[in-house]
Amino acid sequence: MSTKLVIGLDGHSSGERALEFAKTLAGQIDACELLVVYVIEWSPYSFQTAEENAQRHKRREEEISTAQDRVVTPAVKSLTDSGLTATGRVRHGNVADTLNDIAKEAGATQIIVGRSTESGLSKRIFGSSTANLVMEASVPVTVVN
Amino acid sequence: MKRFTQAAASAALLAVTAGPALAQEAASLDARVNAAFAAATGPFVNFIFAPLPGTAFPWIVLWLVVAASIFTIYFGFVQFRFFSHAISLVKGDYSDPNDAGEVSHFQALATALSGTVGLGNIAGVAVAVGIGGPGATFWMILAGLLGMASKFTECTLGVKYRNEYPDGTVSGGPMYYISKGFTELGLPGGKILAVLFSVFCILGALGGGNMFQANQAHAQISGIVGDYPGWITGVIFAAVVFVVIVGGVKSIAAVTEKVVPFMGILYVGAALVILIVNYDKIGWAFGQIFAGAFTGLGVAGGFVGALIQGFKRAAFSNEAGVGSAAIAHSAVKTKEPITEGFVSLLEPLIDTVVICTMTALVIVISQQLIVDPATGNYMLNEAGSAIATVDGNSGVALTSAAFGSAISWFPYVLAIAVVLFAFSTMISWSYYGLKAWTYLFGEGKTSELVFKLIFCVFIVIGAAASLGPVIDFSDAAIFAMAVVNIFCLYFLMKLVRKELASYSARLKSGEIKKFVH
Repeated sequence: MSTKLVIGLDGHSSGERALEFAKTLAGQIDACELLVVYVIEWSPYSFQTAEENAQRHKRREEEISTAQDRVVTPAVKSLTDSGLTATGRVRHGNVADTLNDIAKEAGATQIIVGRSTESGLSKRIFGSSTANLVMEASVPVTVVN
Repeated sequence: MKRFTQAAASAALLAVTAGPALAQEAASLDARVNAAFAAATGPFVNFIFAPLPGTAFPWIVLWLVVAASIFTIYFGFVQFRFFSHAISLVKGDYSDPNDAGEVSHFQALATALSGTVGLGNIAGVAVAVGIGGPGATFWMILAGLLGMASKFTECTLGVKYRNEYPDGTVSGGPMYYISKGFTELGLPGGKILAVLFSVFCILGALGGGNMFQANQAHAQISGIVGDYPGWITGVIFAAVVFVVIVGGVKSIAAVTEKVVPFMGILYVGAALVILIVNYDKIGWAFGQIFAGAFTGLGVAGGFVGALIQGFKRAAFSNEAGVGSAAIAHSAVKTKEPITEGFVSLLEPLIDTVVICTMTALVIVISQQLIVDPATGNYMLNEAGSAIATVDGNSGVALTSAAFGSAISWFPYVLAIAVVLFAFSTMISWSYYGLKAWTYLFGEGKTSELVFKLIFCVFIVIGAAASLGPVIDFSDAAIFAMAVVNIFCLYFLMKLVRKELASYSARLKSGEIKKFVH
């Protein structure tokens, strides 16, 4: 059975370093599958206007394809180019919860993320998604600085 | 016509009488416009709000209540049987995590609620209790509970027969389910009825969903900062609405959509605080409500007067059967249209049974209504048209005084809440009107822009003038929507029953499962 690693990316430079770290780590494991995940922060309990609701499906498709094109596909390509097995996924939701859910579903043994880039008030109130992930995850988490 | 426009009329009257000669000149122009408009639209308004022969009971209210009762029985008290299921749906227990990012049940409900929670809950209830006495509350709650079945019916159909376009956007509402549903059932006239509904919907959007809101918002603001010309409020409101609906400035809408629920919670919270402080009077207040419901406690028209007022305000407040909610709910992501029906039945419950009742209780407990100590009945005002109040207040001013008697600064918060509610109701109705407009004239940037510009112009008109007849007319248009919508729902309800039977069977068999989160 191969080892599965989940890599959480957020499109920033810390994600690049997480990717490099995952590459090195995966290179040391015989059979390793990598799952590149990009989570678009989204809450089902936010308030929207009727017009936003009507366009939501369209926006969601756009958000997914943008994330796929800009972040996930290049990351997967860079991993496969190094001779590794990798797939990609984009999902909406709370970053920490969703990464953990995906790791559980996939039976991953580890989650690798870059340090989150949030700042300001929301970080003070809700904490950073990296910190939340570290505290709540059901598998070991590696945070790459 | 004693309707919630009374509050608008009295507030505007106050503004005019307080103003100098300039206002008189404007008033004479207004008077001429009003007279011409009233003459043109009078027959239609009188028809919609005509009383049943020999009574003061408007047939349109009976139309709404009878429909709600029929839907309640036809669907076997769906509002009670599926109540807890509706809560689970809103919590997202049945939402597929792979659909995350789509419109959730919660969001569709919140959007629809922000269109209905507003002046009806604050001013309308005060009018009901002011005229019909505390007993009106009992009938209001009953009408709210029955109205849940009407919402269930129309919102299920709204999702089932919506249009989904290749670009991923959706359009739904009564005009779509009427035309598609009638075709499916092989009935004639669907297209004509859908067009008729759309026409009324546009008129209702420009009137009750726009001019009335602008007018009341101005009355509130000028009540606090002092009198000033209404067109100033109108232009400011129109400018803000313009940048939101035409300019697509999402941030303003986003802020409103976050502040409005907060205001709603603050309002209910303040009401709760007042009730808790006066906990010893709650039993008495409910006693008044029950006694008043069946005896009237001396109000004009006795218990029938209480009943009419209660039913009317509930219908005006929660819009069950009007069809507007079906437009708002149709954007949700679900494979089962009926789930949105279940969710929507919470709307009259929150709007009418909870928020309206809170307002009524606060007014009763704060003893704004004057009781004759000798008989224990309520005393009527000089005109004999309503219950005498401590400061002669009615409408939104009565609610404000009731809250103010317990929390002195609350009238200021209430004024802000009224303005925000008015704004969010306008944004919602601009969308409902737009959907009806594009149904008639086709989707497209130019067609949409034309409607949006018309909508903004009507905000200025609504805030500037005391257009009693115009507002009468637009209210009549909203209820004309209900005439067409409910007429069609009687034909379409068997389609909903089929969905209900299939869904509850699959829910029972375990085919429809909760997702583990």
